[in-house]
Amino acid sequence: MSRDAYYDPADLQDFSNIAEDAPAQGNAFFDYYARALEPGALSEREKALIALTVAAVRHCPYCIDAYTTKCLSLGLSRQEMMEAVHVGASMSAGDVLAHSTQMRKIIDQKEM
Amino acid sequence: MQRQQQLEHLARTPNAEHFRHKLASPLYPRDLSILQLNVGKRCSLSCKHCHVEAGPERTEVMSAETFAACLEVQERHRIPTLDITGGSPELNPNLEWFVDRAAPLAQRIILRSNLQLLAQERFRHLIGFFAERGVELVASLPAYTPERADRQRGPGSFETCVRVMRELNQLGYAQPGSGLALNLVHNPVGAFLPGSQASLEQEYRRHLEHHWGVRFNHLFTLTNCPVGRYLEFLIRSGNFEQYMDSLIQSFNPAAVEDLMCRDTLSVAWDGGLYDCDFNQMLDLPVDEQAPSHIRDFDLQALRSRRIAVGNHCFSCTAGAGSSCQGALKTE
Repeated sequence: MSRDAYYDPADLQDFSNIAEDAPAQGNAFFDYYARALEPGALSEREKALIALTVAAVRHCPYCIDAYTTKCLSLGLSRQEMMEAVHVGASMSAGDVLAHSTQMRKIIDQKEM
Repeated sequence: MQRQQQLEHLARTPNAEHFRHKLASPLYPRDLSILQLNVGKRCSLSCKHCHVEAGPERTEVMSAETFAACLEVQERHRIPTLDITGGSPELNPNLEWFVDRAAPLAQRIILRSNLQLLAQERFRHLIGFFAERGVELVASLPAYTPERADRQRGPGSFETCVRVMRELNQLGYAQPGSGLALNLVHNPVGAFLPGSQASLEQEYRRHLEHHWGVRFNHLFTLTNCPVGRYLEFLIRSGNFEQYMDSLIQSFNPAAVEDLMCRDTLSVAWDGGLYDCDFNQMLDLPVDEQAPSHIRDFDLQALRSRRIAVGNHCFSCTAGAGSSCQGALKTE
């Protein structure tokens, strides 16, 4: 096991083993994860783009690697992936700015 | 890259994994239902991923004598499918002679083409020639957008492909009830595995039918095999280890049963016999107990041969599995 960096691509090989320590919860997660990502009302491509966006927003290098590769495998273009990341980026900016309404409300209430 | 260098690289897998160790037992043929003829390494294109390392400068082409030996085997054994590949099979001067005689002797005759030559005046007559003999065409088209397809095959290749597909459609190819099949082959343009065949087929259809007005029957997804130019690309780009790791991690035991080498025999341009086209390019011939040349063809001995395997075989067992007929497990 590499200790050179907190994030090592090889770490992901151990991901499927996390259920060893808490099997009921771990297996329930993997089952849920598989069901959530399989094609349904949304296509596999749409779900892969959503997953990539969440990965970028959540700053998860493992998931960015996995879902960029998945999107490439599904034939998605660089432009499509970049647009998806912009949705995530703008939503992130938007949710920060939306919280400014709280700030404005408190200011309005407290200022003389 | 020399064959020996390729094999040495393929031996350097993460955790020293070897394909042989993944098998429950040695691989043996199930049947011989496909005779695949690689009729030469000469090609109109020099694609970046090509395991054959084919190109216009290559001189290896199947001779009339070797074609005749293949025909003799076919007359005797009536192998259900003849699968003609290359290079560009169209560049072999004996192709028409062979197809003319072989078509009535097989249930299915497949010709693998990059479609580029069929746009040229010198080769255009082949479109009608193939249609008259019911030849199934399998056309390589790595992507459904010009930008990505041309990145692998060179500028303008996508549009030429579409132009030829339009002409094939006009002659009945991929039209309901015509009996003329036009299938496409997708392989990833880069160091990653193909996505699901069903999903990619849907996208290819959406783009090609709606944007370009051309039809096809099915899409076959192929996992790039780490052999030839593709192996060189993986090494040069620093992707070799990670790619091999993806193949190994995606090993699917269920795909082993349907591996194409279990139903196929591959004939090289010089008549040499191999378990598949990839083994052919790595110069891994059939088991020494079996005949090594088409002129010595012996069905019984070939049926009981042990199939030669190596780490490149991980590309046929990854995920849904991969073969010249596309994914092995499609549900």
